[in-house]
Amino acid sequence: MPKMVLMQGDEAAALGAIRAGCRFYAGYPITPASEIAEVMSRELPKVGGVFIQMEDEIASAAAIIGASLAGVKSMTATSGPGFSLMQEAIGYAVMTETPTVFVNVMRGGPSTGLPTKPSQGDIMQARWGTHGDHAIIALYPSSVQEIYKYIITAFNLAEKYRTPVVFLMDETLGHMRENFIMPSEREVFIYNRLREEQIKEEEVFLPYETEEYAEPTPQPLVEMGKARFHVSGLIHDEAGFPMANPDIADRLVRRLVEKIRLHADEISIYDEYMTEDAEVLIIAYGITARSAMRAVKIARNDRIKVGLFRPITIWPVPRTRLKELLSRVNSVIIAEMNLGQYAHEVLSLTKNDVRVKLVNKVNGELITPQEILDAVTELQSGIVGYY
Amino acid sequence: MPVNYIDMARTFKSNAEQVGIVQGHRLCPGCGAPIIAKFTLMTAKKLGFEPVVGLATGCLEVSTTIYPYTAWTVPYIHNAFENVAATMSGVETAAKSLKKFGEIPEDRKFAFIAFAGDGGTYDIGLQSLSGMVERGHKVLYVLYDNEGYMNTGNQRSGGTPTGSNTTTAPVGKVIPGKVQIKKSIVDIIGAHEGVYAATASISDPADFFAKVEKALNFDGPSFIAALSPCTRFWRIPDSATNSVSKLAVETKYWPLYEIDRGVYRVTRKPRQFKPLIEFLKAQGRFKPLLSRPDADEIVNKLQEYVDKRWERLLALEEATKDKYLR
Repeated sequence: MPKMVLMQGDEAAALGAIRAGCRFYAGYPITPASEIAEVMSRELPKVGGVFIQMEDEIASAAAIIGASLAGVKSMTATSGPGFSLMQEAIGYAVMTETPTVFVNVMRGGPSTGLPTKPSQGDIMQARWGTHGDHAIIALYPSSVQEIYKYIITAFNLAEKYRTPVVFLMDETLGHMRENFIMPSEREVFIYNRLREEQIKEEEVFLPYETEEYAEPTPQPLVEMGKARFHVSGLIHDEAGFPMANPDIADRLVRRLVEKIRLHADEISIYDEYMTEDAEVLIIAYGITARSAMRAVKIARNDRIKVGLFRPITIWPVPRTRLKELLSRVNSVIIAEMNLGQYAHEVLSLTKNDVRVKLVNKVNGELITPQEILDAVTELQSGIVGYY
Repeated sequence: MPVNYIDMARTFKSNAEQVGIVQGHRLCPGCGAPIIAKFTLMTAKKLGFEPVVGLATGCLEVSTTIYPYTAWTVPYIHNAFENVAATMSGVETAAKSLKKFGEIPEDRKFAFIAFAGDGGTYDIGLQSLSGMVERGHKVLYVLYDNEGYMNTGNQRSGGTPTGSNTTTAPVGKVIPGKVQIKKSIVDIIGAHEGVYAATASISDPADFFAKVEKALNFDGPSFIAALSPCTRFWRIPDSATNSVSKLAVETKYWPLYEIDRGVYRVTRKPRQFKPLIEFLKAQGRFKPLLSRPDADEIVNKLQEYVDKRWERLLALEEATKDKYLR
């Protein structure tokens, strides 16, 4: 029987990352993500990794991109204000197709906001924080056990799709301690980076060459010193050299978006509870999903047919499955600790005859099961109109 | 008229109006930061200035402004961690412009003062500070240097001394805590043109007041780095704030000097110095370092460093005498 231990969310993020093969961490202190850096500073040197504390979040984000290009799996962690500063670098990682993991332990915003309180206010920032057309992968677990599990997934997706992955958490998940069982070797899959053999002098290395349109992995990344690798945030050709040719620009931007969009079903991870016969569908993620789970159990006791859909990949949205579920229910509740950011996505998939109720909270407190139950009751009594 | 120190001592104990930052804040007992803020603001008030303060994110900011209370009796702005110097640049420029257009009477004497910790100064705020100094905004920037990110729980900063135990540079069996040397921030700022930069210590109020006075009367940007003991993470008793500050000066750890338009002047030259180990031994944050087998070697190196730095300061003072730039 594997041993059960008490673990903090931030700690699980750090240890999971190391398990995934992360050997470089650059970060900057910020509540509620500082503990991730603290664990990394202690644990990374033990496995031959490097921890650097940088002068700010701009530098942290840039450093992990540099390290990843040099050949090492890399990560940084921050919270709202720091995540804002990292946006330029996230766009650069998208453009240069650099596998990186950006952890954002969400706290109340905007600005300095509520540093010690949980929030889910950065859902849209994770998607659209950096400028220009792009696609992004963002994961959001609901427990300490899942943080460990899915941060490994985050690294795998980053490597496979050669893209930055945003790993969302919230202050409660980050600071909460709960039971944790260390997964065995068999339970963990690690995607290792494809490595290029030494490139011959006369051979041209094309790091951005793709065999077919939206092939997720273009060329394998090369390790330092094995080829001349030209990296630029400018629109570039297959060799990485800047080009202002309209055809090349069009092809590159579309490919960056399509490589995620076309594989959305493959990337999508979600969880469902009692959705088979549900008439009311609750959609919640992160820490809020745990209140929603409780609400479903209570409602089921009262014989109300309620089900829970919990997206774990916030981006891309698990559209196929979500659409299917939304076509079967008569009403939907979207509970989130923001003023309806994920609801936008759900509403775009909802038909007109489905009644919608939003449960939102931005005061730094968690959404309680009762608040979700109240929404169920309201929908049942029919006093809520169509959205 | 120079400030009268006996007067100042009376003010320190007296009313809020004369001090600018008042009791009731939630900084730890023995914290150096509010003393530094008080020293600065009361000097400004004594000199007839109306202080306008800006704060970078940090202990001083979060602990003095917990809703619905504030400890500040002067106009106050907090923006973010990295930009207090830029924010105050805007405030100062706007005041100048409003004076020009007659919206504010010409004779009003403002003292624009920015307070920031070492994280917001040595690291994330350095770009904004350098910009403020280079553009020549008449702002006094006061650094309360508690040598770490104490607000988020003792992470290392560019101002953390070598060998100090922090959560992101812990002293272990292999790595002896922070291995890099603390940035010489006053020299960095002093290397800009047309700036007054100085170190100060709360253990020497007379020197502190004189420097604030000089800074506020200086025609251009000014910078004061004040050592700010953190009882919590320096692991010192609440009552040791002053004695540890004093030891820092007496062991050459925190030499008191100023750079006025390129001219160095050492403002306090103790006749006798104490060995650096006394400063280190007085604080729990160096305990893990001092219990390592190679502690003597590391301490000797640090002693050598502070000795050399002192010699260098004296040489700079000699070399730059009366050679003002600009």
